[in-house]
Amino acid sequence: MPGMQTLARVLLAAGPADAEHIQPVTTGMIVKYAVTTVVGIALVWGVIRLFGWIEEKTRASFGVRAGLIGIGVILTAVGAYLGLFWAPPDRMMGDVQRIMYCHVPLLWNALIALCINFACSVLYLIKPSWKTDSLAEAAAETGVVMGANGVLLGAIWAKPTWGVWWTWDPRLIAAAIMLIAYAGYLALRRFIEDPDRRALWSSVVGILVAVDLPVVWFAVRWFRSIHQFQSSPSTVDPALRVPLRVMAFAFLFLLMGFLWQRYRIALAHRKDEVALPDALPTTARREVTP
Amino acid sequence: MTSQARNILILAGTLCVASAALAFIAFGKLGDNLVYYWSPAELLAQGDKAIGPTIRMGGLVKAGTVHWDEQHTRLSFEVAEDTSPTAPSVKVVSTDLPPQMFREGIGVVVEGTFAANGVFTSTRVMVNHSNEYRAPKPGDHHKDDWKKTLEGAEPTAAREQR
Repeated sequence: MPGMQTLARVLLAAGPADAEHIQPVTTGMIVKYAVTTVVGIALVWGVIRLFGWIEEKTRASFGVRAGLIGIGVILTAVGAYLGLFWAPPDRMMGDVQRIMYCHVPLLWNALIALCINFACSVLYLIKPSWKTDSLAEAAAETGVVMGANGVLLGAIWAKPTWGVWWTWDPRLIAAAIMLIAYAGYLALRRFIEDPDRRALWSSVVGILVAVDLPVVWFAVRWFRSIHQFQSSPSTVDPALRVPLRVMAFAFLFLLMGFLWQRYRIALAHRKDEVALPDALPTTARREVTP
Repeated sequence: MTSQARNILILAGTLCVASAALAFIAFGKLGDNLVYYWSPAELLAQGDKAIGPTIRMGGLVKAGTVHWDEQHTRLSFEVAEDTSPTAPSVKVVSTDLPPQMFREGIGVVVEGTFAANGVFTSTRVMVNHSNEYRAPKPGDHHKDDWKKTLEGAEPTAAREQR
C-alpha cells in the first residue's frame, strides 16, 4: 500500500535538518507493533501460567530463581571484564564510552519490565487474577529501579560527552516522564487499601502510562534530539558489540530472577490481604490460588 | 452488568484513550512546533523572531573557524548547516568551555541568544555524538584533539574567572 506509506511519511515529516535521522511511522510498522503487542501479552500470560505450574507442581521454584540470578551475576562479571578490559575504547569518546555497556542494557530491560506491566494490566482486565496483579506490581518496581539506574548512568555519560548532565531533549523528557509516571503508579498502589479496587485502578493507570514506552523508544526517531538514535550492528564494531550483548543478557537474567522473587512477595501480600479470620464461615472466603 | 463485562468495557475505553494519545504524539506533528534546536538556516529564516530570547541552534562546527581567545577565555566558531563549503552558517561566541569531544566538523548544539549583528552568544556548548561506536584505528589521535583546541588554556582557572 504505497499510498498509505506516503501519507504516513507526509504526516511525520519532521524537521528538515536531520531528515536522514528522522524516520516516519509506516503502516507496516503499525501492523508489526500491534501484532508484537498481542503476541507479547499472550507470552506474558503463558509465563504466568508457567510460574504457577512451577510453584504448585514442582519444588524447583527456589532453584530456578537462584539459577536465574546466579547466571545473571556470572554474566555480569564476564560482561564487566569484557567491557572494562577486553574491549578497545571508542575512537572518539575514549574510555568513557564503556558506560554504554550498562546504560543501554539497563534501559532495554527496564522497557521490557514495563511492557510486562502493560501486558499484566490488560490481562487483569480481561480476567481478574491475583497472579497478574502481583506480576504487574513486580514488573513496575523492577522497571523503575532499572530505568532510574540507566538514566543516572546516562547523565554521568552525558557530562563528559555532551557537556551537560541533563538537557531538555525529547528522549530525556520521555524517559523522565516514564520514571515519574511509574513512580506515581507505585504510589497509587500503596494508596488504595482495598485489593480489588487497587488491582482494577492500577490496571487502568498501567495501560495509560504505557503510552510513554513507545515514545521513549521512538523519541530519537520522531523528534530532533541530541541523544543519538538506536545503534545497529553496522554502527558498532564487533569488539564493542560483544560486551554489550553479554551485559544485555546478564541484566535480562537478573530481571527474570528479580521479577519472580518480587512476584512471590506481592502474591504473598495479596493472599494475606484477602484472607479472612478463621471465625468467619468458609463460604465468605475468597478463592485464593497460590 | 457483571463485573467481568464492566472490566472489559473499562479495558476497551482505556485502550482507546491510550491509542489516541499515542497517535497524537506520533502523528500530531509535535516536531514542527516543538523543536529541540533550530538549524542555522532555520534560525536565519526566523528573522526578528530569533533575536532576543534564549534559543538553541544545532549544526556542524565549520572547519577552520575555531578560535580560542586565551585572554578573554572566549571561544568562537561557526556553526554550519552541513559539510558543504557554501552551507549557511552562523558565528558563535561562547563563554562556556566545550566538552572534550569538541572539534572541527563535529555536531554541536549551542544554547544562548542571537543578536541583530548576526552573532550567536552562547552560554552552553553541547556536543552531539552519532550512534557509531568504533575501535581506534592505527594513527588515531582524536582522543587528544580537544587539547589542541584549547592549547594553553586552564579550564578550571578559566571557569573560576568567569
